[in-house]
Amino acid sequence: MSMQPASTEIEARTASIVQNLKDLEGPLLPILHGIQAEFGYVPQGSLPVIAHALNLSRAEVHGVVTFYHDFRREPAGRHILKLCQAEACQSMGSDAVAARLKQLLGIGFHETTKDGSVTLEPVYCLGLCACSPSAMLDGEVIGRLDNEKIDAIVAEVRA
Amino acid sequence: MTPRIFIPDDSGALALGAEKVATAIRQELARRGIDARIVRNGSRGAYSLEPMVEVATANGRVAYGPVKPSDVKGLFDAGFLTGAHHKRWLGSPDKIPFLAGQTRLTFARCGVIDPLSLDSYERHGGLKGLRKAVAMPPADIVAQVTESGLRGRGGAGFPTGVKWKTVLDTAAAQKYIVCNADEGDSATFADRMIMEGDPFVLLEGMAIAGIATGATKGYVYIRSEYPHAVDKMRRAVDVARKAGILGPAVLGSSHAFDMEIRVGAGAYVCGEETSLLNSLEGKRGVVRAKPPLPAIQGFLGKPTVINNVISLASVPIIMDRGAEYYKDFGMGRSRGTIPIQIAGNVKNSGLYEVAFGLTLGEIVDGIGGGTASGRPVKAVQVGGPLGAYFPRELFDTPFDYEEFAKRDGLIGHAGITVFDDTADMLKMARFAMEFCAVESCGKCTPCRIGSQRGVEVLDKVASGIEPEKNLALVTDLCNTMKFGSLCALGGFTPYPVMSAINHFGDDFKPAPVQQAAE
Repeated sequence: MSMQPASTEIEARTASIVQNLKDLEGPLLPILHGIQAEFGYVPQGSLPVIAHALNLSRAEVHGVVTFYHDFRREPAGRHILKLCQAEACQSMGSDAVAARLKQLLGIGFHETTKDGSVTLEPVYCLGLCACSPSAMLDGEVIGRLDNEKIDAIVAEVRA
Repeated sequence: MTPRIFIPDDSGALALGAEKVATAIRQELARRGIDARIVRNGSRGAYSLEPMVEVATANGRVAYGPVKPSDVKGLFDAGFLTGAHHKRWLGSPDKIPFLAGQTRLTFARCGVIDPLSLDSYERHGGLKGLRKAVAMPPADIVAQVTESGLRGRGGAGFPTGVKWKTVLDTAAAQKYIVCNADEGDSATFADRMIMEGDPFVLLEGMAIAGIATGATKGYVYIRSEYPHAVDKMRRAVDVARKAGILGPAVLGSSHAFDMEIRVGAGAYVCGEETSLLNSLEGKRGVVRAKPPLPAIQGFLGKPTVINNVISLASVPIIMDRGAEYYKDFGMGRSRGTIPIQIAGNVKNSGLYEVAFGLTLGEIVDGIGGGTASGRPVKAVQVGGPLGAYFPRELFDTPFDYEEFAKRDGLIGHAGITVFDDTADMLKMARFAMEFCAVESCGKCTPCRIGSQRGVEVLDKVASGIEPEKNLALVTDLCNTMKFGSLCALGGFTPYPVMSAINHFGDDFKPAPVQQAAE
């Protein structure tokens, strides 16, 4: 499992991100993106720091964090594989791609492999609908997924 | 002259291996000791030919595609730097059938120029619209946009000029231009392509909108699923600021306009304008009741123009060439051009910008060339996840806001998903409800609860439990969602569901009971 930083360290690193962004108009999403980029997730310990700096209640910050699919409450695997499940990809067999990947990785959507190598997530459209089915591995886009490309993805995340 | 090689870094091209092709070309250039300039352009949108590599020759650009890394050595051997023949040779890009039939107004430069070179942008007609706008009274700019007939390309089709006029006429110390780049509909990628392939046209359109309405600050809200577009737009804003196109004196005029790029966080509903504004303010992306209209009380309660990427990116050419020029294209009340995005199970997938008025059949069979799988086309979903499924019987419908509405459909953001005859329309109807349940912001009951119940009732139909009674229940539920939801998510989910039921009724009949093989 990933080592999670100590709470005082989380607070200090959060405070520095908040300090840099709090004067933006509508700063909360940029701050949360900044925190997720820093820690890989949004630690619970960050929330009171943000709430205090933005003069919000912790409940309000919690509400925002949990509204958006992007923000994680705990660390993900070393790789993040997002598989498009929207209509255009469905028309090109994304259901079968998902089934094959789930079987090869031994996990379902929103799960991380036991060795912490990869987290599998559904995504509803990557804008690659002219080269379906598509996926995104650690921010890199992959189109026209076939068995060969699926096997390459599995090999890469296990390496 | 140093040869110039164009290799797209558009996400779609990258997804098909453009980076590996670029690496192979760089290595081959080094190995052969050739001095060439590599330009990373956007995509022209013919995705069945991507990665499409082009070279600038004495006789114009010559395209090759789809290029694989393993083709690169052979291309050099054949002499592709001078446009020589090779099995991947496509000739002049303007003569490629998929591209030759298009009318490129908004996408004129996309895939042609270096997206981050202002020089290149200006040489291809960029900034002409803004130069005219800075010298015009704001009301005249608004009048010209109104006269052009431009309607919101995000899907709602509301006249852009009317929206701008409301903001212009509302007095406030601060006004905003917000660009909706939360392009979440499946089958759509026009916003992504323009942001990656010609970002300055969007900046120019936003600056014109600012001058026209008295707004000095702009935001582009881009979905987080588009990291390449976010990066390209941020760099474009930096370049434009340094060049004085953005800042306290736009092109040296007395108008101030600056902008920021913001990133969404994976919520589909934030493509709805009021939900987007809440998200931009740092709140949950919950839909707001209208009125008040965003044009009167929008971002932070201030008058706000909120327009889709393509609406704003179409403004520069309207200012440059005039309202009449733009208005001459199209049919009925749908004026100008529309970038149709042909996606899913289709042979010639990609972006096709054309005047309104082509029939659905011309688009799917003619331009799209039928399915990629080679099987018959069964259904076509037009307008994203909230759009209706059209059967072949309705392929005579012209691509026009009103004509689609007459057939209980919508053109939305002009995305088209093609399905072959293996598609199960009951499953697609269920998916529409499921998607609505996952993405509902939760504010109104018809959407939040209705979508959940919709999934359950359709599951009963699929299991053969009182199918007629349950289909009647789904119909009733769809009516409640359509008329009772606060925004288009709950309000339009009935389109795919009801169109699937009405046009593909056989898929909703109980599966024949398996007879024991005696």
